[in-house]
Amino acid sequence: METGILAYGAYIPRRRLARKSIADANAWFTPALRGQAKGERSMCNWDEDAVTMAVEAARDCMTGLDRDRIRTVQLASTSFPFADRLNSGIVAQALNLSPEISSLDVGSSQRAATAGLAAVLQGTGAGGQALFLASEKRRTKAGSTLEMTSGDGAAALLVGAGKVIARLVAAHSRTVDFIDHYRGQGFAYDYVWEERWIRDEGYAKIVPATLAGLFGKCAVEPGSIAHFCMPCTLGKVAVSVAKKAGIPEAAVRDNLHAVCGETGCAHALLMLADALATAKPGERILVVGFGQGCDALLFEATAELRELPPRKGVRGYLARRSEETNYNRFLAFNELITLERGMRAELDKQTALSTLYRKRDMILGLVGGRCGKCGTLQFPKSNVCVNPACNAFHTQSDHAFAEMSGKVNSHTADQLTYSPDPPAICGMVQFDAGGRLMMDFADVDMAEVGVGLPMRMVFRIKDYDSQRGFTRYFWKATPAGAAKEA
Amino acid sequence: MASGIRDKVAILGMGCSKFGERWDKEADDLMVEAFEEAIKDAGIEKNQIQAAWLATAIEEQHVGKSGIPLAQALRLPFIPVTRVENYCASGTEAFRGAVYAVASGACDIALALGVEKLKDTGYGGLPQRSRGALNSMFWANLSAPGSFAQLAGAYVAKHGCNAGDLKQAMAHVSVKSHDNGTRNPKAHLQNKITVDTVMNAPMVAAPLGLYDCCGVSDGSACAIVTTPELAKSLGKSDIISVKALQLAVSNGLEAQHNSWDGSYFATTRIASTRAYAEAGITKPREQIDLIEVHDCFSVTELVTMEDLHISPEGGAIKDVLDGFYDADGGIPCQIDGGLKCFGHPIGASGLRMIYEMYLQLLGRAGPRQRKQPPVFGLTHNLGGFPHQNVCSISIVGRYGA
Repeated sequence: METGILAYGAYIPRRRLARKSIADANAWFTPALRGQAKGERSMCNWDEDAVTMAVEAARDCMTGLDRDRIRTVQLASTSFPFADRLNSGIVAQALNLSPEISSLDVGSSQRAATAGLAAVLQGTGAGGQALFLASEKRRTKAGSTLEMTSGDGAAALLVGAGKVIARLVAAHSRTVDFIDHYRGQGFAYDYVWEERWIRDEGYAKIVPATLAGLFGKCAVEPGSIAHFCMPCTLGKVAVSVAKKAGIPEAAVRDNLHAVCGETGCAHALLMLADALATAKPGERILVVGFGQGCDALLFEATAELRELPPRKGVRGYLARRSEETNYNRFLAFNELITLERGMRAELDKQTALSTLYRKRDMILGLVGGRCGKCGTLQFPKSNVCVNPACNAFHTQSDHAFAEMSGKVNSHTADQLTYSPDPPAICGMVQFDAGGRLMMDFADVDMAEVGVGLPMRMVFRIKDYDSQRGFTRYFWKATPAGAAKEA
Repeated sequence: MASGIRDKVAILGMGCSKFGERWDKEADDLMVEAFEEAIKDAGIEKNQIQAAWLATAIEEQHVGKSGIPLAQALRLPFIPVTRVENYCASGTEAFRGAVYAVASGACDIALALGVEKLKDTGYGGLPQRSRGALNSMFWANLSAPGSFAQLAGAYVAKHGCNAGDLKQAMAHVSVKSHDNGTRNPKAHLQNKITVDTVMNAPMVAAPLGLYDCCGVSDGSACAIVTTPELAKSLGKSDIISVKALQLAVSNGLEAQHNSWDGSYFATTRIASTRAYAEAGITKPREQIDLIEVHDCFSVTELVTMEDLHISPEGGAIKDVLDGFYDADGGIPCQIDGGLKCFGHPIGASGLRMIYEMYLQLLGRAGPRQRKQPPVFGLTHNLGGFPHQNVCSISIVGRYGA
């Protein structure tokens, strides 16, 4: 059976920071920022990181598909929340995948996602499917060009044998220790060299050489490329590279700079996911990843693309948008300023790892119980059924709540409790199929909340233990209506 | 069939400290302040007390665990002292322990004392504290006002009433309690407020504004109980006895089962029904003379009027606005100023409420004394969240009534 890409998904956070707000705050120091003050960049909410975005992109990718056939989960990022705890393992647990899978975190380069995807595509046997994820929440210094050009986001691709929507025609890589920027171990921010040198000695030489190698491997005319996905924040570079390689200028895809920004190592796959949403069967898609060398992956879309169940994808998540003009909030979310958070923020947030392990299905997978005697759904799963007409002992089996729809039963906006983004909006969510949970709401404006509002579950940061560097995750509720904008 | 507690135990004496920001006092100072009043009122010697119950809820902020803090503060003579904690019902729990001990015949005279010293946190409101290893991983990030505020929207959705009318009635609840507080020298807050002040106050958790919330204070209250026979032999002629003590504790139904709509307290409805049966009360709206309820938030008091089966379901807004629960109304609620004016030193609050009932029943409530001294008084505590809580009800009254 043919192997290739089986499905795609994406996630872009709802908040979009107007670049003008960055420039307005920082142009006193760096006047050149004014020239870049157009459009907006995506920014994680305080409770999002590379792992939570990867989970959302994966859920989008698996819309209407069976998760049981996944045998590998890989996550590419240079902004993993954990330096030593398998980040892809957190994603696998959140997706309630079987433990009988392999997993791998891929990092250390802006090319991590394309290199990882190429390896997965070329190594996948007929055995099972691989879920390849790329997610990035890059930390940038206040007032930097990177702050302007970066965005946060994630992409997901399901790879394997079966109904292939895009087959890999060829892949080629070059490895060159060209240091356009670097981030030393233990350093939070990138150190970047001069743009003109990066453009002329980096992109302009390394990418064409890679493309020459790629086209040398396969009988494909560069002129036949319909979608050229090459992330690059430097002006006109993608166009000039395309021209040099003989790729039609019209094939050069929008790099989403105006509406999203470059989502680090995830961006090549985000552009691929975007291309797959509009590509026609038979069209060729060329994806380039740049960073200490270059990866080039050439795909051909198939007729199966039309059969893929609808998903939100890049455009769906771009449409789920909330403008952020308060640059100070961005600074606070990213710990770029020392905000007075008040004494309530001092509460010790140590996580009992033994408790978390014991309850990992419940906490990371939102797995509750279903009573085998009366059928009542309940969260958390417990020894005794909550239905007063039943109350049976030891009858509950696992029931996953994460993909269930629910409605708001009661709610408030809490100004008293500590929240990194007050007020803390929360309420009782009643699941349509049964069960309920008093839970935090995410990405919500109080004005839109009311009794009966449809909600869906999202995987988010519950708390961050700044004393020990541990991120605690749980599920929150977000208005389901926003998802329908896709 | 159990016969219940009715008229088996008498209150021999009670005491209550001044509530407020007692910056110059430790918890043991407050305990002694309440106890000295009670022991004098009881007319006995300290060493006649044979067992004691201590209520504290957030003990890590002040005295720490165990019964030792009470035993040491009063130098009790190595008698049994038990510390109890059951959220905001803790004070009433201590009372229940002491009353049951006397009723069982295990001892003749017992002490229930509640104390809380909350003003040493460095910030206003209840202390932010861990909810336990697993709960901290999945409980919503909500404060006490954040949880109780949710009653309002659910109540409006259920009864189809106007949210503005509800907010107006909630404001009346707070204004009424502040009026009452001006007549109580032991209250933390003794100032009048206006409906406008309440309506325009900064929002704490929508729709609860600052004046919809009770404060946090330091305080202590206590009761010394014995049998009615012993009370008589000790020279008491006006005997106040315990008519009912009930407790209902959420079993997860409200939080996890979709049969609860979020607009009322399931526990209060059950506990009050049982309490009326225990006290022999069949028509609470006619027979209960005075109530002190857990007005942690104005909306809590309002819906509790229905859960106590005094206002009809959906009828609390009207009763409140009609002044039925005002000091000169049909059944005054919080005639001492309530949690709204006393603040809420958790372990002490339940006993502070019973203290007011005791004074009113004996005609000793000074400027706020009801002209016709009441026969039956009810107190109510509600600890936790609307979706999972502990509710206690006590009914005290004239012995034999």
